[in-house]
Amino acid sequence: MSDYWALALDVLSVVLLTSGGAFVLIGGIGALRLPNLYTRMHAASLTDSMATLLIFAGIMLQAGLSLATIKLCAIMLFLLLTGPTASYALANAALLSGLEPETIGEEDDAE
Amino acid sequence: MIVMFAVFLLSLLVITALAIVQTRNLFVAVMLTSIFSLLMAANFFILDAADVALTEAAVGAGVTTVIFLAALALTGERERPRRAGIIGPLVVVVSTTLVLLYATFDKPRLGDPLAPVHTHVAPWYLEKTPELIEIPNVVTAILGSFRAYDTLGEVFVVFAACIGVLFVLGAGSKAPAAIDGSERDSLGLRHHLIPQVVGRLLIPFIVLFGLYVQFHGEYGPGGGFQAGAIIATGVILYALIEGEKAALRAIPRGALLGLVAGGAMLYGLVGLAGILMGGNFLDYSVLMEDPVKGQQYGIILIEAGVGMAVCGSLLTIFHAFAAREGS
Repeated sequence: MSDYWALALDVLSVVLLTSGGAFVLIGGIGALRLPNLYTRMHAASLTDSMATLLIFAGIMLQAGLSLATIKLCAIMLFLLLTGPTASYALANAALLSGLEPETIGEEDDAE
Repeated sequence: MIVMFAVFLLSLLVITALAIVQTRNLFVAVMLTSIFSLLMAANFFILDAADVALTEAAVGAGVTTVIFLAALALTGERERPRRAGIIGPLVVVVSTTLVLLYATFDKPRLGDPLAPVHTHVAPWYLEKTPELIEIPNVVTAILGSFRAYDTLGEVFVVFAACIGVLFVLGAGSKAPAAIDGSERDSLGLRHHLIPQVVGRLLIPFIVLFGLYVQFHGEYGPGGGFQAGAIIATGVILYALIEGEKAALRAIPRGALLGLVAGGAMLYGLVGLAGILMGGNFLDYSVLMEDPVKGQQYGIILIEAGVGMAVCGSLLTIFHAFAAREGS
């Protein structure tokens, strides 16, 4: 019985880690391919929040109930607090320095 | 697997280095050096040098970046184009690279147990640390006790660097900047609500983590250098979100200079105490009845001195740049 349980946990953690990795990949591709700063940041923020959650959940399942899980939890909280804050600060700085977000009607004017 | 990671990180390192050389925008270069440090820290960690990795991440990627940015605010953002010839530098770089590559042929293989570094004094340190000092982290034992002279030298280098920066930037007792300037820089990020709230939430934990690293250095990775840098990042974060003036109100410049000088002096005085109590300079065994306890107390004291000196210097240098910016 405990074997099945361990196997189920392993499978779940691999699924979580893989989907977390997929989010990192999508975020990376988006940050390279999207047209302007705000859309790129939108892509990059995927890695900040969703990928952090998924990857840390996956690692925590691997660590089991131990001190490592508590440390991982602390790191995850830290990343979840700082990542979006950094994104906000970056977007805000861009806006204050005069980079206007493009709206749909203006697409022809861009570039 | 580890080798794959190491090769991956090292190639990223080379790419980052090339990008730093290529870019003409100094702001981009600063960000790239920060990434370079973070990659280097990951490399150190893969090589099991957790103590060095911690220092590199805190100082290289954290504090140095902020100080570089402060320096950039004083100069231009773009590198001045140069019309120098390319042949001379190319010859120097290529010949140095060839010499270095030639030197690596004599290097023992990575992790070779028979390498000279692993057969000379390292086994003695590993064998004697549990017996003489009884702390689990051998790195701290070597830094703090066996090679305490070297660490003393490092602390005085930090001390001298701090004094040198103060001389160059002339930020001794400076008259307050012009009204409009001081108002502008004392604002900090106060009008940005989200970074401020998150920063206020995080700063106590950053400082607490710094103290943990300071006092846990005997048992795990850490010690004075890392702790000083981490606490300094916490205070610099405070200065960034609340304004530099608020940070100077919390820890005045005199207190910072006291930390720098006091830290270096504490280290030296522990050494002198060893002489006064009948031992050698920086021999902690005589500090207590029990030589092992004496060693442990000595290491805790000098680590505190190191932490004070590093934290004080980093903050003094940061404030020296920030004060120039306000004027």
